[in-house]
Amino acid sequence: MTERMTGAQALVRALEHVGVDTVFGIPGGAILPAYDPLYDSTKVRHVLVRHEQGAGHAAEGYAQATGKVGVCMATSGPGATNLVTPIADAFMDSVPIVAITGQVASPMIGTDAFQEADISGITMPITKHNFLITDASEIARTIMEAFHIASTGRPGPVLVDISKDALQAETTFSWPPTMQLPGYRPVTRPHSKQIREAAKLIAESKRPVLYVGGGVHKARASAELLQLAELTKIPVVTTLMARGTFPDSHPQHMGMPGMHGSVSAVGALQKSDLIIGLGVRFDDRVTGDLSSFAPYAKVVHADIDPAEISKNRHADVPIVGDCKEVLTDLIAAVQASGQKGDYDEWWATLNGYKQTYPLGYDTFDDGSLAPQYVMERLSAIAGPDTYYVAGVGQHQMWASQFIDYENPGTFINSGGAGTMGFAVPAAMGAKMGCPDATVWAIDGDGCFQMTNQELATCALEGVPIKIAIINNGNLGMVRQWQTLFYDERYSNTNLQAPRRIPDFVKLAEAYGCVGLRCERPEDVDAVIKKAMEINDVPVVVDFVVHEDAMVWPMVAAGTSNDDIKIARDMAPRWENEDE
Amino acid sequence: MSRHTLSVLVENRPGVLARVSALFSRRGFNIDSLAVGPTEHDDISRMTIVVSVEELPLEQVTKQLNKLVNVLKIVELDPNQSVQRELMLIKVKADSESRSHVLELVNLFRARCVDVAADAVTIEVTGTPDKLEAFVKVLEPFGIKELVQSGMVAIGRGARSITDRSLRALDRTA
Repeated sequence: MTERMTGAQALVRALEHVGVDTVFGIPGGAILPAYDPLYDSTKVRHVLVRHEQGAGHAAEGYAQATGKVGVCMATSGPGATNLVTPIADAFMDSVPIVAITGQVASPMIGTDAFQEADISGITMPITKHNFLITDASEIARTIMEAFHIASTGRPGPVLVDISKDALQAETTFSWPPTMQLPGYRPVTRPHSKQIREAAKLIAESKRPVLYVGGGVHKARASAELLQLAELTKIPVVTTLMARGTFPDSHPQHMGMPGMHGSVSAVGALQKSDLIIGLGVRFDDRVTGDLSSFAPYAKVVHADIDPAEISKNRHADVPIVGDCKEVLTDLIAAVQASGQKGDYDEWWATLNGYKQTYPLGYDTFDDGSLAPQYVMERLSAIAGPDTYYVAGVGQHQMWASQFIDYENPGTFINSGGAGTMGFAVPAAMGAKMGCPDATVWAIDGDGCFQMTNQELATCALEGVPIKIAIINNGNLGMVRQWQTLFYDERYSNTNLQAPRRIPDFVKLAEAYGCVGLRCERPEDVDAVIKKAMEINDVPVVVDFVVHEDAMVWPMVAAGTSNDDIKIARDMAPRWENEDE
Repeated sequence: MSRHTLSVLVENRPGVLARVSALFSRRGFNIDSLAVGPTEHDDISRMTIVVSVEELPLEQVTKQLNKLVNVLKIVELDPNQSVQRELMLIKVKADSESRSHVLELVNLFRARCVDVAADAVTIEVTGTPDKLEAFVKVLEPFGIKELVQSGMVAIGRGARSITDRSLRALDRTA
């Protein structure tokens, strides 16, 4: 069945056909033709955001909460360039989003026309792939290709830039189109020989560890992970992108590794003789100084992206494949071999780390609020079925450390790119994708002021998210580094001197949200409970916390994981130092 | 560091050259030479890229290249198992006195004289980088006025073709 219609109509029809129900965006000159048929669509809901960056992060939050492709839309020039940060963010964290941008009419391209920006050129290094369409007949096929590329293999952002004349031109539409992607063939089936080799190393090892990253949840493989872990009795560490992929409450869980990881997780990697990396990148925030990372360990590295394997750390057993298939095959191989590793001594060491160096924090004598305490209470009251969406900085690390994650995908944050301002729009996107779930954004006062304009969107579109501002009046993580490495010279990190501006409660109210404030530990439970009871409008809670709270443990940037500090000038004592 | 010659088959679409060259510079690799042109198949272009890198970074950049959606296939060509050629055009000072000396060298190097003026000749020469370098050296005493050189193109020896399988992939999607 072919029909005559405009390029813009073909775009909307294609979006409907690939299953899009929500688009976040802002119209403008070049994309205007697309907004006209969008107005009539009964299947696609367009959410008018207040800044294109909000549209991009909302698409990311939607994608991470639902597992579907998130969609954002913007006009040419500044509309498109405002999407650059969320696109880069989605690229670093492998989030499937499709960004649709209007472009000036094709005869104007290259003439420095009004609102012209070479957005496909600009986003070339931060997209999985991008397209520039100047022919209406290519729109439907390209949309199908964009969604296919974004959602398969290693997920990632795809940008589709469409010239205004292509949107306006008449074309014929038929569905489904035939994709033309001869160079795109992601490998998902792992090689059986490598799987057998991995199973052999597991049986031979004395101190193995499962190093689990964002790729495991992206493959929806947490059930398989649990099965393999319990079958083999191997300890598990979950990276920032994998919190909740393995239950925090499980006795085999060692915590989060990395710069602000727990001693037990960092120690499990450093002292291990076999790292089984699943959907991980051996990122610098996990490895610390690479040359001294896990010096005794052989490495099994499974990832769907072959370019990640042996990029930072040599893999003794490289496995290219989807983590669900890798785990399924590994379970079968371990069962078939019938061999069981003997890890009793290893568990004695690890349990020692866990008991001696649990996560902890200082409280303050002056009655002020410790941010970590807010996280603990939030975790206890909101519970493990809530989606927690964090920004970037101290509050993000505390949210990772002090909230108990039991369910995969329930911690959404900006990991690789470290994008301040991620939380509010991403929480909005997550809530729109999962309207029945409770969504708490956990934000710093610095982050919050970068994207809080989306409170207006939330209030008007009926998206009742809850936001906990961990308000220490500072760019807290930067201030922490100034405390530790810059002689306590607090250059340009105080956001509220000499007066506390803005008043976040009034700001919330101005945006049609409920604003609450909490300044004392004894009020925390009551305020959280009150926020939990409000489900018709967004709630902003201003938790005013002590500015000197720091994130511990810490591996200073560029140093060895062996030099982890549990507090300032306090290092753990490792057992078996002679090994 | 060692020199590697990569033959990269790509879809013949706008912007592919930019994607490939941008990837090299973003990942911190210098390209010694790059040549791109059509192949026996309308939908496929072929790039010959010469890079000086160690083995491990070469593996990384090859994997990254493979991830480009428009890249169909990458083959590293062994210099001993392939024919590698560059083209050079050189404008050399040559008056009635020196012209015969220059033309003698042109014959020795199996080059060709493609333009003659009163006080200069323009020479076309093809060959391996070593040969071109040697040719430039012997011409230098006469005075080189202008020189332009292409990137290297290369093809494997024997009957096997690296485009066959990529063609089949293209046919499947067509």
